[in-house]
Amino acid sequence: MRYVDEYRDPEAIRALLARIEATITRPWTLMEVCGGQTHSILKFGLDEILPSRLRLIHGPGCPVCVTPLEQIDRALAIASTPGVIFCSFGDMLRVPGSQGDLLLAKARGADVRIVYSPLDAVAIARQEPSRRVVFFAVGFETTAPANAMAAHVAARDGLDNFSMLVAHVLVPPALEALLSAAGCEIQGLLAPGHVCVVTGYRDYEPIAARYRIPIVVTGFEPLDLLRGVHAAVVQLERGEARVENQYERVAGIDGNSAARRVVAEVFSVCDRKWRGLGEIPRSGYGLSPAYAGFDAERVFGLADLRVAEPTDCKSGLVLQGRLRPTQCPQFGKRCTPEHPLGATMVSSEGACAAYFHYGRTADFVAAEAGA
Amino acid sequence: MCLAVPGRVIAIEGEGEFSTARVDFGGVTREASLVFVPDTKIGDYVLVHVGFALNRIDEAAAQDALDALRAIGELDVPPAGDGNAIR
Ligand code: SF4
Repeated sequence: MRYVDEYRDPEAIRALLARIEATITRPWTLMEVCGGQTHSILKFGLDEILPSRLRLIHGPGCPVCVTPLEQIDRALAIASTPGVIFCSFGDMLRVPGSQGDLLLAKARGADVRIVYSPLDAVAIARQEPSRRVVFFAVGFETTAPANAMAAHVAARDGLDNFSMLVAHVLVPPALEALLSAAGCEIQGLLAPGHVCVVTGYRDYEPIAARYRIPIVVTGFEPLDLLRGVHAAVVQLERGEARVENQYERVAGIDGNSAARRVVAEVFSVCDRKWRGLGEIPRSGYGLSPAYAGFDAERVFGLADLRVAEPTDCKSGLVLQGRLRPTQCPQFGKRCTPEHPLGATMVSSEGACAAYFHYGRTADFVAAEAGA
Repeated sequence: MCLAVPGRVIAIEGEGEFSTARVDFGGVTREASLVFVPDTKIGDYVLVHVGFALNRIDEAAAQDALDALRAIGELDVPPAGDGNAIR
C-alpha cells in the first residue's frame, strides 16, 4: 500500500536508527503526544530498538482516554432516555462511566448505534424524524472538522431532532499544562501529525519558545516516528528549540483552511475537564452560540452533572507520562482490556491497552531496563 | 482515534462542496467526503479520517523525504556481512 509500506522499509529503518545512535551523546526524554503514535511505537517495537539513552514517554493524546467520567455518565443518561438513538464512534462504547458503559446500556435496551462518520448520525436523524438522535462528538482537532460538519449539515437541513454531546479537546493547552507542571521531565515533543494536518503548527511555536523545547510534527509509520525522534535529538544535542515539520507530505504550516473554517463556525473554545489531568482552561471546544440549540447537555438538562474520578485507576498519572502502565498495581491483574478499570485500558490507543496488547508486561519492562 | 489513513481516490460522485470520493485503501474501499479538499481528482492520494478526506498527500514532498531517507541508507549502512557495526 502506497504511503504506508515505504515508511516501514527495514533498510531505511536500520539506517535511520544508526544515525540516531550516532547523534545521541546524552540521555534525553521525549514525549510522543498522540495515542496513535504510542500504539505504533509499541506495535513496531520501536521502544525496543531505539538507543537506551532515549526515553519515550507516552502523552495524553487519546481523546477516548481523556474524556472525563461525567461526560460518559451524561452519555449513559441520554442513551437510556426513551425514544433516543445514541450514536457514537465504536471506541467510546466500552469506556467505563461510574455506572457501567454504553455497551451495557445497549444490552439493557438502549438504542446505541456505532457510526463510522458523524454524517451517518445526521442521516439517521433524517430517516427517523420522530426519534431524538444524539451524536457523541469526541475528539481532538483532527476530528473537529468532521464533527462540526455534522452540526453544519443538520442546521442546513433544519433537523431539530439532532443534537451532539460534545467532549472536544485541544492539544496545545494540554501540552502547556504538562510542561508547566513541577517536575516535568519532557525535553522534546513529537507533535501529533494528524492534528497538525487540520490546524497547522503555528500554535506550537510559542510553546517551543516558552518552554525551550524542540517540537517536531511527526507522522505515524515507523520511519515517520524515527524521523521525528532523529530531528528532536539533533535539536537537543545542538541546544536548539524550534518547531520542525517531519510530516510534510500532509501537514502544512497553516493546516486545512476549509476545515478550520467550519470548526470556527460551529465550535468555540471553552474550559474542559480531562480525565486524569483535571480542568484545563480553554482546552476544548463547545458549540458556538449560533449552534447552542444542538447542545445535548442543554436539550437533556445535564449540564450540571458532576462526578468524581475513581481512585484505584492511575490513568491520570499514565496520561501525564508520570507512570508507566506496568507500574500500576492493577495492570494485567484486576485491569485488562476485557475488564478495564480505566479508559487508558479501553481504547486501543490508550497506553495501558497498548502495553497489554503488545506484551509489555511488568517482567518484560524490568528486563529491558536491566533491573 | 485520531487515526487517519492514506488511500487513492478511484471515483468521485457529485459536484462542488458536497462531492464524495470512493477511496481505495489497498483493496478495501470506502466513501469519503471531499468537502475539505474540493479540488481533488481521481488518482490523487488523500488522508481519510471518520469519513472525511482531511488533506491530499503531497506526492512531491513525500518523494523528496523518501529520497533523503534512502540517501542516509546509502551513506550510513555498512555493507552486508558487516553485521552489527554501527558507525
Ligand atoms: S492499568 Fe488499568 S487501572 Fe492501572 S492505570 Fe491503566 S487503566 Fe488504570
